[in-house]
Amino acid sequence: MIRRIVVPIVATVVFLVLWELLVWFNDWPNYLMASPSDLPAAVTKYWNLFLIMGWQTLWRTVAGLLIAVLVGVAFGMIMGFWRTMRDALYPLLVGFNAIPKATVVPIVALIFVGAHDFNAVMIAFMISFFPIAVSVSIGLSTLEPEYRDILRSLGASRSTIFWKIALPKTLPEFFGALKVSVTLAFIGTNLMEIVSPHGRGLGALFDSGKTNSDYPLMFAVLIALAFLGIVLYYVVVVLETIFAGWAEREVN
Amino acid sequence: MTGLIEIRNVTHAYVTDTGPLPVLNDLSLSIPEGGFVAVVGPSGCGKSTLTRLIAGLMKPDRGKVWLHGDIVTSPRSTVGMAFQNPVLLEWRSILKNVMLPLEIVPTRLTRREQEDRARKLLALVGLEGFEDKRPSELSGGMRQRASLCRALVHQPEVLILDEPFGALDAFTREDLWMTMHNLKAEEPFTGVMITHDLRESIFLADQVIVLSGRPATAQHVMDIPSAGPRVLDDLYTPEAADRLNVLRRQIEIAQGRAPANAETGE
Ligand SMILES: Nc1ncnc2c1ncn2[C@@H]1O[C@H](COP(=O)(O)OP(=O)(O)OP(=O)(O)O)[C@@H](O)[C@H]1O
Ligand SMILES: [Mg+2]
Repeated sequence: MIRRIVVPIVATVVFLVLWELLVWFNDWPNYLMASPSDLPAAVTKYWNLFLIMGWQTLWRTVAGLLIAVLVGVAFGMIMGFWRTMRDALYPLLVGFNAIPKATVVPIVALIFVGAHDFNAVMIAFMISFFPIAVSVSIGLSTLEPEYRDILRSLGASRSTIFWKIALPKTLPEFFGALKVSVTLAFIGTNLMEIVSPHGRGLGALFDSGKTNSDYPLMFAVLIALAFLGIVLYYVVVVLETIFAGWAEREVN
Repeated sequence: MTGLIEIRNVTHAYVTDTGPLPVLNDLSLSIPEGGFVAVVGPSGCGKSTLTRLIAGLMKPDRGKVWLHGDIVTSPRSTVGMAFQNPVLLEWRSILKNVMLPLEIVPTRLTRREQEDRARKLLALVGLEGFEDKRPSELSGGMRQRASLCRALVHQPEVLILDEPFGALDAFTREDLWMTMHNLKAEEPFTGVMITHDLRESIFLADQVIVLSGRPATAQHVMDIPSAGPRVLDDLYTPEAADRLNVLRRQIEIAQGRAPANAETGE
């Protein structure tokens, strides 16, 4: 327990001290590189903005991620259960995923200009649903036939087999993918917020810091983003231990 | 209709990319109620296919399978199955794994009675005290014991075992043979067991059926009468040696390594 809490905190403090020293030794001015000691000032100055914008970014990311989970699981199930569908959809999904999302962001921002919430959620979804779809489809299609036969030989229906065996057995892979997806969704939201003009969210705050050459503000946003990212990630980890904690025990 | 399990003139082929693959050819066999039949045969000859037909997981191309006088067309809850892979669910305790069939099959037992039934079976196979463990905390032999309990928990009429002890070491396997005899004494079921171990077949079964090479048909049937409970020493008697010799010869014929006319009388 001590190791899991104290060690990361110590590591963070060491990191901040090193950063501070780096800026201090090189004597970098504020418009070049902010130091940690500049950040509290920036945060207190824009305290409300941080709360409002942080909330914006958070809910957009979570909304995008939830849609990604729904759509990803649906695609994963279709591809996991029907070989033909897997053969048909897989190349499409791979191709779609291969398009760098940085190129899609301006397009979406242009098509739905002004629809900030919609755009950010959409990009968060687009960027994060692929790992979920792939993991669910692989989890379902690699289910050993004996697992199915155990229930099928008792006359169990397809849906019973799914709920009792296929779904729980796929959960560890699903959460593995969700950990990747949550980070991706977060990147997606921020890309959109930075790019779309007059937007909201931490990305927009970052952008306004940039326009005003307010380096401490920009760095404070980065720290806030890191913080939110960590929170989201660990929420997924907690969900994973609740719903798929058995898989961890298996490794030990 | 004489047997609880009747298989009449069953022919089956799989559809593959390279055309149909005939697996069973005009196979007939009959297993009386309470009987325990071991099926042996060359690798890939169609033994697992036979179990899937009996379980109703597949329908034969031609011929019929009867269970208790009814033609088998789909899976039924009066069957219990166990495979070489114990396929226990890692997210459930051993007890909950054993109780799984009771969640599928309609049962008149209350929750409490279901649990008692599962506990009783676990105790019978020597797993008392392991009810709350996870499958990964058990040894291979123990997992296979739990898998047997799961196959029997809903009191099936028919127990189908597909190489249940195939992955276990020789000593563990012998332990499980004794466990099987205990189970047979306590639980009324009619059994079909696929095995590659001839000693196992004559020790556990009251009839051994040798299947020919693919497409398989019943090539040889050997009855193993027993007077009283069997003990491992029975395997080292001259009769046992004779039986094993005959079976080995039959397997060689089935594999095509020995000509059929070299067959000598028993
Ligand atoms: N679903 C399937 N589709 C096509 N071919 C199959 C299928 N299942 C089995 N086969 C083929 O049918 C033949 C018989 O298979 P089966 O599993 O019944 O053999 P087996 O006697 O149980 O073999 P083993 O001793 O290795 O367990 C094998 O050649 C196998 O490759
Ligand atoms: Mg087999």
